[in-house]
Order: sequence, then C-alpha cells, then structure tokens
Amino acid sequence: MFLAGLIACAITGILILVRIILGETTFDRILAVNSLGTVIVIGISLHGFYSNRPEFLDIAIVYALINFIGTVAVLKLFSSGSLGGDK
Amino acid sequence: MELILDIFTGICFFIGSLSIIIGACGLIKLPDVFSRIHAAGMIDTAGTAFFILGMIFQTGWSLITVKLILIGVFIFFTSPVTSHVTANLARQKNILPVGKKIGKIL
Amino acid sequence: MKSLILFFILLTLWLLMSGYYNILLISLGIISCAFCVFVAKRGKIIDDEGLPIFFMPRLLNYLIWLFKEILMSNLATAKVIINGNVEPETFTVKASQVTDVAKVTYANSITLTPGTVTTKMQKNIFEVHALNSDFGNDVRTNEMDKKVTWLEGKK
Repeated sequence: MFLAGLIACAITGILILVRIILGETTFDRILAVNSLGTVIVIGISLHGFYSNRPEFLDIAIVYALINFIGTVAVLKLFSSGSLGGDK
Repeated sequence: MELILDIFTGICFFIGSLSIIIGACGLIKLPDVFSRIHAAGMIDTAGTAFFILGMIFQTGWSLITVKLILIGVFIFFTSPVTSHVTANLARQKNILPVGKKIGKIL
Repeated sequence: MKSLILFFILLTLWLLMSGYYNILLISLGIISCAFCVFVAKRGKIIDDEGLPIFFMPRLLNYLIWLFKEILMSNLATAKVIINGNVEPETFTVKASQVTDVAKVTYANSITLTPGTVTTKMQKNIFEVHALNSDFGNDVRTNEMDKKVTWLEGKK
C-alpha cells in the first residue's frame, strides 16, 4: 500500500519534471519546483512508513519549511536583485 | 479492526494519488502561469491532506500523529503564500493572463 | 503578556517534537524558547498581527466551513482539468474587512481554494484570477467575504 503511494509520487515527480524542462517563463519553473518539493515531502513520509522507521517525519518537516523559505527567497532575489538590506 | 483501518488507508491513498496525478497533468496541460497555479494548489491541498489522513489511520494516537498533523499545518499555511507571491511577481513583470477581463484591472 | 503566550506555545512545540523527557533536554528547551522570545521581542514582531487572539473563539467554525469549500472546489478543478473547458477570467472584488490580518485571511482563503487566486491587492480591492466562470461567480457572490467579516467580529 505504501509502495503504491510511492509509485504514484514517482509518476507525479516525472510529470512535474516535464513541466520544469518545458517551462516558458521563470515563474512556471519556480512553481513546478515548489510542487515537486511538496511531492517529495509526501514521498519522504511514505518511505519512512514503508521501511518501518517513522523518524523520517522529522526530515519531512524540515524539508517542508526549507522548501517554503527557498521558494520565497528565490522569488525575492528575482524581483529586487538582492536578498534584503541595502541595495 | 486492523482490516477496517487498512481499507480506510487504502481509500485515502487512492484519492490522494489520483489528485496529485491529475494536478501534475493540469500543470502540463493548462495554458499559462496563472492557470497552472490552480493545478499546483490542488497538489498542495488535496494531495497532502488525503495522504496525511491515510497515514494517521495507520499510526493511531502517538507523538508520530502530532508530527504528521504539524506537516499538514505547515503546508496548509505556506502554500497560499507561495502561490500569491508567484502570481503577484508575474503580474509585476507585466505578464497578462490569457482569457477575458471583466471590468477594470489593477 | 503576548510574549508569555508565545513562550508557552514554543515550549509545547518543543515537548511534542522531542519525545525525550529528562532534566537536561527540557532545560535546554526552556533556554532556547526564551532566546527565541527575546529575539522576537527585540525585532518588535509581537503585536496583534503576530498572534491574532481576537480570531480564536470563532476560528474552528470558520475552518470547518473552509475545509468543506476546499473539498468542493478540488472536485470542480479536477473536473475542469479532465474535461478541458478552461476559460480563464480576471476581475476585481472589494473586501469589506477593517484590519490587515482579516484582509490577509480573506486573500489567503481565496488562494487556498483551488480555482481562484488573488494576483494583486491595493488597499481593499483584490484582483482575482479564476479558472472558469463558475469559480468566478463563487467569489463574486461575496459569501466568503461575509464569513471573514464575521470571523473578524469588529462590527
């Protein structure tokens, strides 16, 4: 059952990678990378349950937070050319 | 009892897998950035919600359940912020959405 | 007062996440939570926006309604993606909330339901992008606006 979920996550990841390669604008790619991060969070939790080690959930929490901060930081860098402070 | 929980988990995983695959298909199929944000929002809300619900059925009540709920809460609060920032920046860079415009646009 | 509430929320989070309960680790947790509260106080980010207590009594009711709405619009978005009748439209709506927190809650609720996204906001006018005219009509009936104004409870 967990293996089926992992396979679904893998298929979704490949479909999202197609969008990252095709993407017309930068925003398409950033959006697709963010979605890929969400799918990876689900995949990490599923893999933890699949191999009977639920401690993997800690890594999933950290990955979710870093995914958010990374996306917002890249968008801010793209919009203003600096990550804060004086320009 | 164990069997009933397994069946519930299976149903939740099935709906979750279906929704993330449909969301990824939409990400490829839809015409422009603003439409693709809807598909990404579908992955973020329905996919994670059903997968986490399915995993909660497997654990019962323990500290692991709390961690699963925390992952759900984090994604629930951060997903709209990312969508809005992406859409807002795309509008600032003068990318106009396809389709009709009703009334005056900001 | 608000810093005390923040301290106890952080300490609860530490205790739930660690799972080890001995003197050394709990005292380390207390020290790091106190340091976080000190940094937040020094950065002046503890105010009404950081911890909106005036939402709390009605929050549960609103969240249940929001989950139902998210489920319905997920079904509708899946149908639109499979059928392929995509006619995007862009329009503006007016928000009738007073405080900034309530406006952000309204904009985030619109974005969180798949099918509608707020793309821009000026003062109390939101620009909304919808996937289809059905989703657009859902926002234009102002049902969610009334719910968030009720959640704010300032009137």
